[in-house]
Amino acid sequence: MPSLAFDRDRDLVAADTRLVLPSGEGFMCTLQLGDVLRIVDLEGNQAVDTLFFDADRPYDHYSAAKTIAAQGNIYLTTGAVLLTESGRPLVRIVEDTCGRHDTLGGACSAQSNTVRYGHDKVHMHNCRDTFMLQIAMHEPRLAKRDLAPNVNFFMNVPVRPDGGLEFADGISGPGRYVELEAMSRVIVLMSNCPQLNNPCNAYNPTPVEIVIWRRGV
Amino acid sequence: MSMALSSFTPLYTLSIPAGGRFSMRIGRGKRLVVRAEGPGANAALWLYRADHPAERLNVPDTLKAQHTAKISLFDVLMSDEGRAMATVVHDTVGWHDPLSGVQTRADVDKRYGETNFQRHRNAMLRSGYENAVKELVRNGLDAGDLVPPVNLFSKVWCDESGRMHFVSEFAPKGSEIGLRMEMDVIAIVSNTPHPLDPRRPYPSVPLTLSVYQDEPTDPRDPRLKTDEARRAMENTVWQYALLR
Repeated sequence: MPSLAFDRDRDLVAADTRLVLPSGEGFMCTLQLGDVLRIVDLEGNQAVDTLFFDADRPYDHYSAAKTIAAQGNIYLTTGAVLLTESGRPLVRIVEDTCGRHDTLGGACSAQSNTVRYGHDKVHMHNCRDTFMLQIAMHEPRLAKRDLAPNVNFFMNVPVRPDGGLEFADGISGPGRYVELEAMSRVIVLMSNCPQLNNPCNAYNPTPVEIVIWRRGV
Repeated sequence: MSMALSSFTPLYTLSIPAGGRFSMRIGRGKRLVVRAEGPGANAALWLYRADHPAERLNVPDTLKAQHTAKISLFDVLMSDEGRAMATVVHDTVGWHDPLSGVQTRADVDKRYGETNFQRHRNAMLRSGYENAVKELVRNGLDAGDLVPPVNLFSKVWCDESGRMHFVSEFAPKGSEIGLRMEMDVIAIVSNTPHPLDPRRPYPSVPLTLSVYQDEPTDPRDPRLKTDEARRAMENTVWQYALLR
């Protein structure tokens, strides 16, 4: 279990942005080449559903399949390069005190909640609603059609050799974080998951902290 | 498995050579059968709802609802709107890969050597990315609509550390998968090599596609494996009750 290294390499006082994102809330920003984004799992076992777009070609979005096939591994950790559908690098994971992030689970939605948990769950708050509101408010060039399968930071979705897949208890803990360095101009779209129906967060969605260091010019 | 296809006459049949592609609107209740005409075939498949293509195959929703990282008999391919798009009602293979996506032009050039039409004419090597994008644009969509497909006939399993293992020439010649369409779809198929297939040169296995008359799945069909599949099927039935 890696020790907490909150500002081992980066000075939090020098950060350009620091904010706490409660569960159920979204965040959207554009990173320039070399900017660094840290996501901190403040209380542990929270899932942060995140999508990336090439800011200069927003039709070219993060591709889970492209990313995992290129690295030959379904999990993300330090060194992983997240790719677009066309193969362009978006961000690189430069530090990771959690150790595993999910590429297969995608985001919850009102509609998928009806399938997974029951037709009566359609009214519950969910990540795809958060995504849609964020793009409507901040990036109207994007639309629902651009919401491809996303990364789930801090979430654990193990796959068995026989092809079975389960949502497992998280392996993250309070204060664990992941740091992403932009490899091009990148739009980041985040939903701090409000999921109340599965045990990945002990039925208790919690806040995360977002820290951004701008490389500047 | 299920009905013997040889006793039915297809409504439509098409051969797709290696590197080829197909897109077609297929109505609710029709069955698309894909047949491998050699060993080690791979067919990338995407589905979009025909009258509202913002609704499309969603691999994460499909996998997590059915607790699986592979597609096999009586799995349901689900959309991002919580509806059943297609059901696997015929399968001689047992494992189809929903994880690995397709190769781009740059991947194909790097792996098999650069080709282009000027020098190689129609022997140039096609990529799954370009094939899919051409068919998306042809159907009024664009590259931004590209999402992870299911790679029919390919097996990729993952060990405990998450490492992906490709099983070479998994599907024998004559392998078949039959997909019953639960909604009117735009189906896109690309006959291009799996990204983890180590074979060189460019694998060349023709496919045959056939479309048969069939009927939509009843949500009470006992062959559906999970309550989740049944609820996705109910969501589709309700949508069509409103539409038609």
